[in-house]
Amino acid sequence: MAGTGIGARVERKEDFRFITGKGNYTDDINRPGQAHAYFLRSPHAHAKIRKIDTAKAAAMPGVVGIFTGADIEADKVGGLICGWMIHSKDGTPMKAGAHPALAVGKVRYVGDHVAVVIAETLAEARDAAEAIIVDYEPLKPVVDLASATKKGSPAIHDAAPDNQVYDWHLGDEAAVKAAFRKAKHVTKIDLVNNRLIPNAMEPRAAIGDYNPGEEAFTLYTTSQNPHVARLVLSAFIGIAPEHKLRVIAPDVGGGFGSKIFIYAEETICVWAAKKVGRPVKWVADRTEEFLAIAHGRDHLTHAEMAIDENGKILGLHVKTRANLGAYLSTFASSVPTYLYVPLLSGQYNIPAIYGEVEAVYTNTAPVDAYRGAGRPEATFVIERLMEVAARELGMDPAAFRKKNFIKSFPHQTPVIMCYDTGDYNASLAKAMEIHDVKGFARRKRESAKAGKLRGLGYSAYIEACGIAPSAAVGSLGAGVGLWESAEVRVNPVGTVEVLTGSHSHGQGHETTFAQLVAGRLGIPIENVAIVHGDTDKVQMGMGTYGSRSGAVGMSAIVKALDKIEAKAKKVASFVLEASEADIDFKDGQFSVKGTDKSIDFASVALQAYIAHKFTGEQLEPGLKEGAFYDPTNFTFPSGVHIAEVEIDPDTGVTTIAKWTAVDDFGVIINPMIVEGQVHGGIAQGIGQALLEGAVYDSNGQLLTASYMDYAMPRADDLPSFRVDHTTTPCPSNPLGIKGCGEAGAIAAPAAVMNAITDALGHENIAMPATPQAVWQAAQAGLARAAE
Amino acid sequence: MPKVSMTVNGKRVSADVEGRTLLVQFLREHQRLTGTHVGCDTSQCGACVVHVDGRAIKACTTLALSCEGANVTTIEGLANGTELHPMQAAFRTHHGLQCGFCTPGMIMAAIDMVNRLGYDLSEETIRHELEGNICRCTGYHNIVKAIQAGAAAMGGMKVAAE
Ligand code: FES
Ligand code: FES
Repeated sequence: MAGTGIGARVERKEDFRFITGKGNYTDDINRPGQAHAYFLRSPHAHAKIRKIDTAKAAAMPGVVGIFTGADIEADKVGGLICGWMIHSKDGTPMKAGAHPALAVGKVRYVGDHVAVVIAETLAEARDAAEAIIVDYEPLKPVVDLASATKKGSPAIHDAAPDNQVYDWHLGDEAAVKAAFRKAKHVTKIDLVNNRLIPNAMEPRAAIGDYNPGEEAFTLYTTSQNPHVARLVLSAFIGIAPEHKLRVIAPDVGGGFGSKIFIYAEETICVWAAKKVGRPVKWVADRTEEFLAIAHGRDHLTHAEMAIDENGKILGLHVKTRANLGAYLSTFASSVPTYLYVPLLSGQYNIPAIYGEVEAVYTNTAPVDAYRGAGRPEATFVIERLMEVAARELGMDPAAFRKKNFIKSFPHQTPVIMCYDTGDYNASLAKAMEIHDVKGFARRKRESAKAGKLRGLGYSAYIEACGIAPSAAVGSLGAGVGLWESAEVRVNPVGTVEVLTGSHSHGQGHETTFAQLVAGRLGIPIENVAIVHGDTDKVQMGMGTYGSRSGAVGMSAIVKALDKIEAKAKKVASFVLEASEADIDFKDGQFSVKGTDKSIDFASVALQAYIAHKFTGEQLEPGLKEGAFYDPTNFTFPSGVHIAEVEIDPDTGVTTIAKWTAVDDFGVIINPMIVEGQVHGGIAQGIGQALLEGAVYDSNGQLLTASYMDYAMPRADDLPSFRVDHTTTPCPSNPLGIKGCGEAGAIAAPAAVMNAITDALGHENIAMPATPQAVWQAAQAGLARAAE
Repeated sequence: MPKVSMTVNGKRVSADVEGRTLLVQFLREHQRLTGTHVGCDTSQCGACVVHVDGRAIKACTTLALSCEGANVTTIEGLANGTELHPMQAAFRTHHGLQCGFCTPGMIMAAIDMVNRLGYDLSEETIRHELEGNICRCTGYHNIVKAIQAGAAAMGGMKVAAE
């Protein structure tokens, strides 16, 4: 499609500054007189703090201030919060241990914050931190997820003596039991969803600044949702009331969920800025990112599927143990519960589902949302089950899926979600066609001739995006509403600023949002500026995560544009001396029906501001409108990814030979950007399946704390991807958007593991399928075949 | 503190630095050229790649003092005003960036790749050569396409100039 409107492959407006080195990331900002913060972190996974002696450190050159948990307590700085209440099966609320920004009395993971040193330079702060003497009394750490709640395990928090955060469930247990009694076949599977470290390339950073004249704080921070950060820092942590606290999230170098949360470091920087009377800057080094950013996934799951004699699924029972780490991070509790079990129905008609989730504390970094958040875990369970069940039944995995696909909409699943629309057959058929599944047998023979094992795996995923209808999530325990806001300001010359509560950290909002506005108002895209990431400019917003910026953020803009158009028509009616009902608006022109009288958008804008053609009684001058949009349902992007792998049984190296993705994201604003989102998501999903995994030793030391130890996907680990679409527009929002940001990461792990197990001929391998693991599994498979 | 002098993007600059000052710190903090980024502390990610005397190096692992008298080019030195270097233009055209954090290093590494290996780069070569540059956003698909196109465009420019 030509032009710059919805559907056009418009080059990104934001790119110029990034490709010329003129981006403005938090670490690129310096405030006059700023000092530098360095955090002294716990070397122990679990220990009592007997005493902290800062005297020698305080006398070191350049030191401006040193603070510990005692100072936090004395100043009554509130603890970090978890914003989603989950209740256990027995109705008791989750057990949330206190989470002070600097440790009080105890440290609970390696990397926990013990003290902050603020000095003239970072080097001086580091040097002084080394001189702080902490007297620790090491305690037995709880590291292993499987045994964390065993009797005799030391308690990490007094509030949770057995280390259990909650024991939650969803679905109809009796109905599931009945389904299993009727089953002809039951497929059982045990799965590990490996722990991941998000690793946005820009490390987290913060600058706290205090203006004593105004008694007001400013925080520059690497956040996906600056308004939520302000709300939490203000209302819960108590730094300052919201009108005295400005949060700016400038260019942010990737987030993937990890920059949603409100962490200790930014809290301390903004609080300490007033204490020391200087701006305080902190930038994480990569090791700190590994140690102290919220990790993702980390589930152990046993799942069973009941199937009847015709290959129809009767029921699903899933039992998961989720690791939440040492403290409850901002949204941690919601990830293995409401973002997980409600998606276990996948694309399938499953009459009965029962999910049980036990969440536990361990002496490891907190675990929270990472790209997909709960939905990749759900997809991994259901899609591994589908593949294994098909193999056990001797059915073709695609045919087995097809047989069980949901075919009519809306479809109410037994676990909350009401899928509004979709065409799962269409995406499967298109993916199989593009992938040339028919030719797989031939390709497998060719691989075999070369001594290689070839396998093909499907992943038919669904996700719930467009997060989320506020009242619905409120009834499930969310502490906030999840609407979005927009304000459209038309300037007298007809240029437009759009203020949005969404936040772009790579998604390209400055382009896609401008496409919408330019198309709607019939003005050049250059005349539209998207403003985001500053609480002084944008009044309120909920930020970007859960693939919500298109479906929710852009819907808010549409609502504001509706109001702009209505007001502009009124202005035009005065200028053109016609009745408002006779004014048409098309392609940037207001015209009077049945005449040749017309006026363009920019001229109407000018008339709105000079206000000569109408009186104050008739119409308010100006052209500026705001809107809040609260979604009426989740959106349900879906699709089919097909992975084809080739394994060298001698080395265990798995090569992704071919990848096909066919996604249904509803209406697409900019296909170029959407494809990019899919590529990046797939890469992270392949990373999880083949390479990545956070490893703690039995003492709770993180062994994978650098790029030397944590295997990030690199260019030569990955293939080029074939990405295509089918489209069923989303009926619940004005643009028909479903969302695309997480799909790849959700779909990919199951596709890879289904392909690897297909190649190996057995299911006995877990993620990450490293060459060593694959080699062992391949040798075991070959030995078994030889018997 | 010792003094170091070098040419950065065609401009003679000098400053007194601590012996331990890294080139990336010199560029970001002393010269306020913040387009060169720091993404790791183990010389793995490539966010910090600049050219020193025409060769790509990791500025996070290079002492500023070791660049005495050198000719340094950073991402800020590539475009001629608003006229982009063909590799920069290719990254935009082919959507080779999302958050933009890895991008300066990617572009500097890509130009070095062309300088060493020529204008006709296969996908395999590019993927192999990107060993020292990590991107978390793009899955590399469009970076590979951008580098291939950028290399060809650099070749075209050379031909046109001859
Ligand atoms: S910052 Fe230089 S390689 Fe990562
Ligand atoms: S574009 Fe974000 S890391 Fe490469």
